Amino acid sequence: MKILEVKNLAKNFGKIQVLKGIDFSMEKGEVVAIIGSSGSGKTTLLRCINFLEDADKGQILVEGNCIYEGENAKKLTPAEIRKNQLNFGLVFQSFNLFPQYTAFENVTLAPKLLAKERPDYKQNKKQILEEIDSNAKALLERVGLSDRMNNYPCQLSGGQQQRVSIARALALNPKVLFFDEPTSALDPELTGEILHVIRDLVKKQTTMVIVTHEIEFARNVADRIIFMADGVVLEDGTPEEVLDNPKNDKTKHFLSKLSEN
Amino acid sequence: MFITVTLSLLEGLLTTFKIFALTLLMALPLGLIISFGSMSKIKVIKWPIKLLIWIIRGTPLMLQLIIFGFGPGLLGLYGMDTFVAVMIAFVINYACYFSEIFRGGIESIPKGQYEAGQVLGLTKTQVFFKIVLLQVVKRIVPPMSNEFLTLVKDTSLANSIMIYEITWNAKRFMNSEHILWPLFYSGVFYLAFCGILTIIFGYIERKLDYYKG
Ligand SMILES: Nc1ncnc2c1ncn2[C@@H]1O[C@H](COP(=O)(O)OP(=O)(O)OP(=O)(O)O)[C@@H](O)[C@H]1O
Ligand SMILES: [Mg+2]
Repeated sequence: MKILEVKNLAKNFGKIQVLKGIDFSMEKGEVVAIIGSSGSGKTTLLRCINFLEDADKGQILVEGNCIYEGENAKKLTPAEIRKNQLNFGLVFQSFNLFPQYTAFENVTLAPKLLAKERPDYKQNKKQILEEIDSNAKALLERVGLSDRMNNYPCQLSGGQQQRVSIARALALNPKVLFFDEPTSALDPELTGEILHVIRDLVKKQTTMVIVTHEIEFARNVADRIIFMADGVVLEDGTPEEVLDNPKNDKTKHFLSKLSEN
Repeated sequence: MFITVTLSLLEGLLTTFKIFALTLLMALPLGLIISFGSMSKIKVIKWPIKLLIWIIRGTPLMLQLIIFGFGPGLLGLYGMDTFVAVMIAFVINYACYFSEIFRGGIESIPKGQYEAGQVLGLTKTQVFFKIVLLQVVKRIVPPMSNEFLTLVKDTSLANSIMIYEITWNAKRFMNSEHILWPLFYSGVFYLAFCGILTIIFGYIERKLDYYKG
């Protein structure tokens, strides 16, 4: 059973066709890297899968269940969208931490609000909240921030903020975790710490989709690489297939331009 | 004489304070509702609200007070309490100004804050109250403190339609005793009132200073 299937996903902004029928799927525990030149639609694809944009056409399936159908998009209620959304986690390029909360509170906020909807919340309140707290501590430790838990985002470096945002996304146990260029808002010397965290997640069998411009990193961590151009998937294969023996001229061109820099 | 004047002005201060407090109590929530209306995607809500804001902000509060104070009588609707009329004018006027401050504050919050909340599975209401609201409050404290101070002084306009607030009581001595100093003296009461507000707003600003952004 595929954990995620995207079928023929299409999205227009006005007259511009940004996604022209994207197909891909992934197994549980797989790591997929998406590469492609600027404007090829990578961010839009992630935003459509995470319900931040309504795709016009196509389907999204999680473990075989259809959770989104472009043609029926308007019929989903906000509650259904929220429920479906929780299948996924998204780490933004610009972190988007909540500035008025500490690192720790950023991680616990959503789990605590969601816990209120549990039927046993009233009876087991104390235990549930303690579990959320200890889980958040463990996650922040895992991303190397056990000593910065009570700092506010403004007191953290970009790399530390991005690590908090990864912990925040992990706190909800998403089935698939998406990263949109998690290092490109960071100074080059800070990208290493993020890549280190992602490597650790790879070891823990986290299912991930990573949009990145760090080709060598993609080669190292990804089981598969997808190359996108102008709203279509041009290549989809192992790192060796896509990076070393690309079938398409556009891929060759993209890779040769990257290696020039 | 000094004591008589002081007591009379203190009595006026009570009315001034009543207009001030009641206006805030009603204009703040109404302003929030109006700001949502002015940001609405539904045109039949948005444009009438924009029109209302334009009219209220485009005409003198004095004129609005006169219209609400004497208008009902002219239309043959006697019996509306003058104080109620004053309150309606103040609340609508200030709600419109507040709504623009709220709108500015809400629209200044980056889209990423809403999106981060949404992908974490929060409802729209939770996103607003748990994530956006405090950030808006922090951003609007300075313009709000301006409005609060203006309101303290605007209450004096109510004397023109026979509300016995500080300025009315001070002017009364001018007419009956032919002395001018109570009017100057009344300034002290406004200064003290505004001084206290300034201190409170300073405190709120410091309280919200614990984070940046
Ligand atoms: N909200 C929007 N309205 C109109 N056009 C948009 C919108 N968002 C994206 N686009 C357009 O869609 C196209 C794809 O954008 P997208 O951000 O998905 O590309 P990308 O592959 O993520 O690029 P980058 O590598 O620069 O992040 C671009 O041409 C962009 O201008
Ligand atoms: Mg992008």
